[in-house]
Amino acid sequence: MLASLSWLKRYLKTTATPKEIADKLTAIGLEIEEMTDNASVLKDFIIAEIKTVENHPDSDHLHVLNVWNGTEMLQIVCGAPNVRVGMKSVLAGVGVMIPSFGKRIEKGKIRGVESQGMLCAEDEIGVGTDHTGIMDLNTDLPAGTPLTEFLKTDVLFDVNVLANRPDCFGVKGLARDLVAVGLGDWIEEPAPVVTEHFKFPVSLSVTDPACPQYVARYIKDVQNKESPAWLKELLNSVGQKPISALVDITNYLCIGECRPLHVFDADKITGSLVVRSAKEGEKIKALDDKEYTLSEGMLVIADDKGVQSIAGIMGGIETAVSMDTKNVIIESAYFDPLSIARTARKLNIISDARMRFERGVDPASTVYGCNRATELVCQLCGGQASEKMVVGQEINWQLAIDFDFNEVKRLTGMDVPYDTMIDILQNLGYIVSGGKVHVPSWRIHDTRRPADLVEEIVRIYGLDTLPSAPVRAETLRVATLKPHQKAESIVRRALAGRGLCQAITWSFMDSKLAALFGSKKVALANPIASDLDEMRPSLIPNLLSATKRNQDRGVADVALFEVGPVFFSDVPGEQKLVAGGIRAGQMTPKHWAENTRAVDVFDVKADVEAALSAMGVPLGTVYDKAPEWYHPARSGSFTLGKNCLAVFGEIHPAVLKKFGIKTPTVGFEIYMNNLPAVKSKAPKKLQTSALMPLTRDFAFVMDQEVSAEKVLSAVRSVNKDLITDVSVFDVYQGEKLPEHKKQLAIKVVIQPVEKTLTDSEIEILCTQIVNFVSKNTGAVLRSA
Amino acid sequence: MEKKVTFWAKMSLIFKKEVREKMAQTDELKEQIQQQIKQAETIAALEEIRVAQLGKSGAITQMMKQLGQLSGEERKEQGQILNEFKNEIVACLEAKKEALEQAELEKKLASEKIDVTLPCRPETNQGRIHPVYQAIDEMLTIFAQMGFELAEGPDVEDDWHNFEALNIPPNHPARQMQDSFYFPGGSLLRTHTSGVQIRTMEKQKPPVKIVCPGRAYRVDNDATHTPMFHQIEGLMVDKTTNLANLKTLCLEFMKLFFETDDVSLRFRPSFFPFTEPSFEVDVGGVLANRVGKDWMEVFCCGMVDPAVLENCHIDPKEYQGFAFGLGLDRFAMLKYGIPDLRTFFDGDMRWIKHYGFTPIDVPTLTAGLSGNGGKKC
Repeated sequence: MLASLSWLKRYLKTTATPKEIADKLTAIGLEIEEMTDNASVLKDFIIAEIKTVENHPDSDHLHVLNVWNGTEMLQIVCGAPNVRVGMKSVLAGVGVMIPSFGKRIEKGKIRGVESQGMLCAEDEIGVGTDHTGIMDLNTDLPAGTPLTEFLKTDVLFDVNVLANRPDCFGVKGLARDLVAVGLGDWIEEPAPVVTEHFKFPVSLSVTDPACPQYVARYIKDVQNKESPAWLKELLNSVGQKPISALVDITNYLCIGECRPLHVFDADKITGSLVVRSAKEGEKIKALDDKEYTLSEGMLVIADDKGVQSIAGIMGGIETAVSMDTKNVIIESAYFDPLSIARTARKLNIISDARMRFERGVDPASTVYGCNRATELVCQLCGGQASEKMVVGQEINWQLAIDFDFNEVKRLTGMDVPYDTMIDILQNLGYIVSGGKVHVPSWRIHDTRRPADLVEEIVRIYGLDTLPSAPVRAETLRVATLKPHQKAESIVRRALAGRGLCQAITWSFMDSKLAALFGSKKVALANPIASDLDEMRPSLIPNLLSATKRNQDRGVADVALFEVGPVFFSDVPGEQKLVAGGIRAGQMTPKHWAENTRAVDVFDVKADVEAALSAMGVPLGTVYDKAPEWYHPARSGSFTLGKNCLAVFGEIHPAVLKKFGIKTPTVGFEIYMNNLPAVKSKAPKKLQTSALMPLTRDFAFVMDQEVSAEKVLSAVRSVNKDLITDVSVFDVYQGEKLPEHKKQLAIKVVIQPVEKTLTDSEIEILCTQIVNFVSKNTGAVLRSA
Repeated sequence: MEKKVTFWAKMSLIFKKEVREKMAQTDELKEQIQQQIKQAETIAALEEIRVAQLGKSGAITQMMKQLGQLSGEERKEQGQILNEFKNEIVACLEAKKEALEQAELEKKLASEKIDVTLPCRPETNQGRIHPVYQAIDEMLTIFAQMGFELAEGPDVEDDWHNFEALNIPPNHPARQMQDSFYFPGGSLLRTHTSGVQIRTMEKQKPPVKIVCPGRAYRVDNDATHTPMFHQIEGLMVDKTTNLANLKTLCLEFMKLFFETDDVSLRFRPSFFPFTEPSFEVDVGGVLANRVGKDWMEVFCCGMVDPAVLENCHIDPKEYQGFAFGLGLDRFAMLKYGIPDLRTFFDGDMRWIKHYGFTPIDVPTLTAGLSGNGGKKC
């Protein structure tokens, strides 16, 4: 909302500086986004007089002027058609900043002729919208006088008016708040005076409840013309282009008082007027010169020929007023905000009227608006007014709130004197009587309850006296994370500790790629881009995309993880938290001290183990099963009971191909929701033995299909007291063995508990190991 | 026999004389030997000297043997001299040996030189925590200390929890401020984390004291907006909590998070459907100056609107409280000096390594929240 200081001063008598006004408006909830003081913008412009005019030797439209700036004669090349000798205009000398270009004037040559400055049009210095020629100041002030002595200077406030303050979409509303906050006195305008000469001559009816009240007046024999200077200046001051008196009057009341109006050319209305719902497919060419196709439920004003105005949004071009208009019908109505919002949104029209009606205008301003407009039309354009035509009634807006003034203290902790509270409310237009607060008609859209009145009081009173009070009054209890929250926090740092970098990627992705990852087709109705159209079913695809982006930037070795949601339905809550990661390229890069090694399955298996261990979760059992986006023979899962805790493996080559990734790439996903709850407890007492542990190595030959895990667990189970560690130190398959056979070399650590083991006891244990492994896996001890 | 004795006596005399003479020459001899020792360049050469003097048939050993030929007083006297002489030579040998060994060790070590300027083995543990999550952890540390518990909610929300229960009825103008991602079935991606407030209050009667960080989504994509972003919201409802508590919370939070006491706040009345009265909180001082402003908006907050409490079946006459929200990404940008929001969600390894935090940098209030004290760049 743009409001100028000059316009504010039509309603507000104040000596406050623009800065004070801006600060105050911001402080009471009407935030000033920008304040422009055109006195400072215009300070370098001066009045200059054209002394000679000659045609440019090399152009048919440019002129070469001699311009007197009060101290010297300047040669200026000018393209304006209206130059003439003796004309006084606005000079921007060399070095002066032209606001509309954002550039300073430089000395230069235009088609070979030197130009030492620029004469300006209205729009170029931001004081109007005219660009047909340079400004013709028509003044007695001598050349050399600063322009600011001729032009009225003004200050423009750009106010961020929020949805709850429709009244402040009128300059008057802003002025009212400034009065309440003590920045000036209210200037009461006399009520409009209208002389009625004849009955409203057109049949008018309303058939749709979205228009509870429609007020109209016919004025005959008007003469439309250019508006007087005061009106043009006001409109110009907020960047509204003056058009003609009839149009300017409606804009004046719309911007000034938040009272949108419409004026029809009465001679272009055929038959009777009706305010009704549009019929499906009806068309109207609106004032923006665009044709709109309407649908059922859109409120319109129609005559016998058809729709002539989209109610509260935009009038039609066919019945618009022109400079030739002789008779007019003024419309001042109240339209249902929701109806206006729906229609305008569907038609995608943004207009001053729409913006105000959809937020809610003052429901008691219809008759006033009609009268004020009539008065102005008669003053500016002459003519005779009819009686007003009122169809329907004001909505029932009267509201009295039961208000306990202690609410202010209860909700804010502030002590505001009772009398001050009463003054604030009354200055804002509320009437306080007998424990009730009556809400003024222009505030009924947002002030409905005691809490709303508390806001009114504290925002005007100011928050400087807001006391401080701690947020931890009762106990000093520190909040702690629940186990699953702690697990999430730990998994991030565990994975980062493994060398993975934490990424955050979109929750959505390309549906075409999602199909590779067990998509549940959770598609968005209005995606922001066609390749971000489905909720991700897995963390892997977006991490692969990030991997590819990194590799395209020359970062070949990628290690990324993310902890975030994946989705399997559009029902709230049907999502899972996953910690997933990708490793691509080399695990150990080329280095003088190391052999290079590409990433492999055991890197991500280790990531999973490290993460699960860090969270205190048992690792469960590893199976060679993983979802289809992993390599079918190089992937696995960690399973505990029925729950799959995590999957890992090489990413399927076909998937990598889709992403354009050429390096070895492995990944993992830890299903956080499937992890068992871990209670933090003290560890078991440490048992250390004074006896030396001993180790024995075994080499077993077995079928290739036999999993290492099976062999290891067989060994472990032989004697859980004595066998404390089992590890694989070599895997061999090849020429020295029969086909489909492999050999595992296993180291077993035996820790005597109470006494040293005798040779024969050790011998027995080893035999047990060999026999048990053989029995369980079919493996045989390699013959020496 | 006599002849024999005479011979021995004579021999003895002659020998004694020689011995005596030799003994008399010890000083000279000592100097000679010491000179030899001094000139020895290797341990082997030194050993030769030792054998020549102190070996079985070494010169000094021989002299020691001849001592027996002397008698009584003389033997004692000469023995002492000879012993001293011998000890001196031994000490000299040992000192030289030690010096030679030391020199040899030094030579050996010098030959073992390696180039310590060579780069280390590749560091595999270079993982980083994303700045947004570092910020979340820092904020949770602060809020935990103030007694706020972490609450969570779904990214996909229904109309009730995202809008209606928050006092944003259908067609309310506020919905124009939020263009949302919808699913064909009518649910949507949450436009703010405020739905968690509703979900919490539906389940839990006051006192309620929660914070909820998380992803939020809006149809917005330009230089300063991304379709997905992060928010953290807080809610405190009990029988007495008022605006004064909120003010303290905002101030304390800002000081703790930005690790500075130079924080001035300005409460500016504003409008949100779910709070009444509503405020935007601007921060001034160094923080605003960092982005070239006098004041910079940091919080949205207010007293929970009575309609919201009623929607959660909480009596607004009995209970009251505040809610606040802030943009996590923006706070991370401000604290860690990250210039561009759009880089947050790209997964660029270079960016994460540069702006991210090592996993051991776990925020604590005692140690300062982040290792760099909030002055990353």
